[in-house]
Amino acid sequence: MVQFEKWKIWMVVAIIVGCIIVSLPNLFSAERLQSMPSWLPKNQVNLGLDLQGGSHLLLEVDLNALEAERLESLVDSIRVALRRAQIGYTNLAAKGGAVAVEIRDSAQVETARGLIEQAANGLDINVNGPVITAKYNQATLDLQRNHAVEQSVEIIRRRIDEFGTKEPIIARQGADRILVQVPGDKDPDRLKKALGTVAKLTFRFVEENVSPQDVQAGRLPAGTEVLPGERGGSEVVQKRVMVSGENLVDAQATFQNNQPVVSFRFDSVGARRFGDATRENVGRRFAIVLDNKVISAPVIREPILGGSGIISGSFTVESAQDLALLLRAGALPAPLNILEQRTVGPGLGADSIRAGKIACALGAVLVMGFMIAAYGLFGLFADLALIVNILIIIAAMSVLQSTLTLPGIAGIVLTMGVAVDANVLIYERIREEARASRGPVTAIDAGFRRALATIIDTHLTTVIAAALLFQFGTGPVRGFAVTLTIGIISSLFTAFMLTRLMVVMWLRKRRPSVIPV
Amino acid sequence: MRKLRLVPDVTTFDFMRRRVLFLAISAVLVLLSIGLVVVRGINFGVDFRGGILIEARTHGPADLGDLRSRLNALGLGEVGLQQFGAPTDVLINFGEQPGGEKGQLATIDKVKGALGDTVSEYRRIEIVGPKVGAELVRDGIIATALAMAAIAAYVWFRFEWQFGVSALISLVHDVVTTLGLFSLFQLEFNLPTLAAVLTIAGYSINDTVVIFDRVREDLRKYKKMPLTDLLNHAVNGTLSRTVLTGTTVLLALIALVTFGGEVIRGFSIAMIWGVLAGTYSSFGVAVPLLIYFGLKQGSQREASASAAEAAARPTAKP
Repeated sequence: MVQFEKWKIWMVVAIIVGCIIVSLPNLFSAERLQSMPSWLPKNQVNLGLDLQGGSHLLLEVDLNALEAERLESLVDSIRVALRRAQIGYTNLAAKGGAVAVEIRDSAQVETARGLIEQAANGLDINVNGPVITAKYNQATLDLQRNHAVEQSVEIIRRRIDEFGTKEPIIARQGADRILVQVPGDKDPDRLKKALGTVAKLTFRFVEENVSPQDVQAGRLPAGTEVLPGERGGSEVVQKRVMVSGENLVDAQATFQNNQPVVSFRFDSVGARRFGDATRENVGRRFAIVLDNKVISAPVIREPILGGSGIISGSFTVESAQDLALLLRAGALPAPLNILEQRTVGPGLGADSIRAGKIACALGAVLVMGFMIAAYGLFGLFADLALIVNILIIIAAMSVLQSTLTLPGIAGIVLTMGVAVDANVLIYERIREEARASRGPVTAIDAGFRRALATIIDTHLTTVIAAALLFQFGTGPVRGFAVTLTIGIISSLFTAFMLTRLMVVMWLRKRRPSVIPV
Repeated sequence: MRKLRLVPDVTTFDFMRRRVLFLAISAVLVLLSIGLVVVRGINFGVDFRGGILIEARTHGPADLGDLRSRLNALGLGEVGLQQFGAPTDVLINFGEQPGGEKGQLATIDKVKGALGDTVSEYRRIEIVGPKVGAELVRDGIIATALAMAAIAAYVWFRFEWQFGVSALISLVHDVVTTLGLFSLFQLEFNLPTLAAVLTIAGYSINDTVVIFDRVREDLRKYKKMPLTDLLNHAVNGTLSRTVLTGTTVLLALIALVTFGGEVIRGFSIAMIWGVLAGTYSSFGVAVPLLIYFGLKQGSQREASASAAEAAARPTAKP
C-alpha cells in the first residue's frame, strides 16, 4: 500500500485536472458560455425545479373519456351504415363499454352484422336474437389508448413550445401518465389552462326547428344535442360535424372592428367541405363549438369558399392568443387530469440555493477544521481529499447532466461528513498499528490495507441503499440518491488514491520515525 | 501540535455487561414509538396525504390571526397555517377540495383572492392528488423495506446470518424510533424526510458494519477469548472512529439545520436523530444481539487466521 507506480500518480493528477476543467463552466453565466469557443466544455450542473423555480405537473390521460368518445363515434358510424342500407333498427346506444342495437327485421340481422363489422376495425361482435352488440377488442383498446397517450405527449410538446419556454421536459410515465416540467417563472396558471383544455373545435349546423318547450321536455330531434353557449344560453346543434379542427392548418389572433378575434385557415379537404356545406345552406346558422361549448353561431350569408374564416366571441387579447395557440397545436385526444402540481417561485429557488451554499461552506469549514484538530497534517491531507471530492461531485453532475435538487445539496453536505469517515477509519487503523509498535511504513501500509475491507463494506451498503432510493424514489429523493452515490464512489477514490498518494509522498520525503496521527 | 482526542487511545468500557439494559431501553423505545405512531399518527405532509400547500411571503411580518380569519372565511375545511422561517413567510396547507382538478385550481384562485395584497409573492404552490399521495406512500414503504432487506442480505452474504439478522433488527430500531420522534413532535413527514429515513438506514448500517468487521477480525485473532470480552474488545477498538465520524457528520448536519433553509429542516432533524440512534444501536443493539443469536467462535469455526495474528494478544485486558 505504500508503493505507488508512476502511472498511477499521473492518473490521479489527470482525474483531478479533468474534473477541474469540466467543473469550470459552472463559474460562468450561460450567456458568457455561449460566447466562448465551441471546443470548451459547456455543461453546467442542471438545477432542479426546486432550485431554479418552475412548474412540475403530473398529468393523467383520461382514458375513460377517450373510450366513451370512441364508442359515441362508433354509434354514429353504425347509425349511418344502417340508414344507408335502409335497415330498420331501434335502441341504438353505447352502454357498459359496448354498443348495442336491436334490428327490427330478423331476416336482416346477418346483413346488419356485416355492415357493423365494416364500420370500424378491431370489433368483437355478438349476436343475441335481434340484438347485436359490438365492442372493441382488447388489442384495439390497448392500441387506441397507447396512441392517445403518445399523441397527447406530442400535442403538449407543441403547445409548450408555442409558449417559447426553454428546455421543458415532457415525458411519458407508465401507461397513462405524462410528466411535464417547465423551468422558469412563466405564468404557471396560463400553462395549466393550456394543458387543461382539450381544444376540440367543430363546426356544426344549428337545429332551428326546436321550440324551447321541446328542449325543456328533452324532446330533441334524433342526432342533435343541447350545448351551452360561451356567453350563457344554449343552442340545439347537430351531432354531425361539418368540419373539425383537424382540418385547420393555421390560426392567428387578430382584430376585427377593434375586437380581438381568431382567424383560421382550413386545409384543402376542410376548405372543400366547408365550401360545399355553406353553399348549400345559405341563410342557416352554424355553430362554432369548442370543447362542447358554443363560442358563436353566425348566419351563413354567402358560401365561404376561400377556406379561411374568423371566430369572433367575447375574447380578450390574451384569450384570443391562447385559443389560436391551442388550435395551431391541435386538440388533445382526451382530457388530461392534473394528478400532481408543484410550482416553485424563482424567489424561493434563489433563497434555497443561497441557503444551500452557506450550509455547504459552513459544513465544509466545520468538518475540515475538526479534521485538522484531530489529525494535524494528516487531517489536512483528508481535507484536500474532501475538496477534491466535492469537485468530483460537481464535475460528475455536469457531465452526466443529472439534476441538482435541494435534497441533493443535503446529500453533498452529508457526503462531506461521510467521506471523511473513510479517512478516519484509515487513520484510526494507522494509530492502532503504530501503537502495536510497528515502524511508520509498516503501520501506514497495514492501516490502509486493513481499512480497505471495512471501507468497501460500508460504501457498498450505502450504495445499495442509494440505488434503491433512485429506483423507487421520486423527484427530489432521486436527486439525493444521485449525489449520494457519486459522493460515495468519489470518496473511495479520494481515500485510496489521493490521500494515500499524499501520505506516501510525505513518507518518502520526510522518512519520519514516528507517525503524527 | 497537540491533537484533539475525543476518546483515549485505549478504552476498556464493558459495553456487553450492560447489554440487558441497552436492549431493554431499545425495546421500550421501539414499543413507545409504535404506540405513538398508532395513537397520534404521523403528520404526513402534502406529498403523502394529498392536498394543497402554499408558501407565501407577506408584506411585512405576517399577521397570522388576520390571515387565518381570511382563510377560514373560505370554508376549505381544516386549514393549517404556520410561520415558516422568516417572519414574513407563511405556510398554508389544507386537504383536497371537491371538484376534481378544476376545483383545486379554482381553490387556489380563491385563496389568492382572499389574501389579496397582504401577500407579495407566492413562493411555492403544490397540489398533490390523493391517488399520487397514496402511491408515494406505497413507493416509500417499498423503497424502505427493500433497502433494509438488501442491506441485511449483503451483511449476511459478507458475514454470517447472525450478523445479518442483528443488523436488520438494529435498522428497524433506528427507523421505527425516527418515526416515533416525528410522531411525538408531530414534525411534518414529507418526501425529503423519507430520503432522510433511508439515509439513516444507510448511516446506521455503515456504523454497524465497521464494528462487525472488527468483530470478524477479532474472531479470527482471539480464538479462546470469551465472546462478551471479544465483542467489548471490538467495540472499544472502533470507539475512537465511531465518535470522530459521528462528530463530523453531526457538524455537517448542524450546518444544514442552521443555514440549510426551512425546506430541508425536517430532513436535517431526522438525520441528527438518525446519527445518534444509529451510533447507539450499533453497540447497544446489533452487537449484543450477536450473543443471543449464538454466534460461534474459536474452535467451533475453521481456523482462518494466521499464527502470527493469533499470537498478537491484546495488551489491556478488556
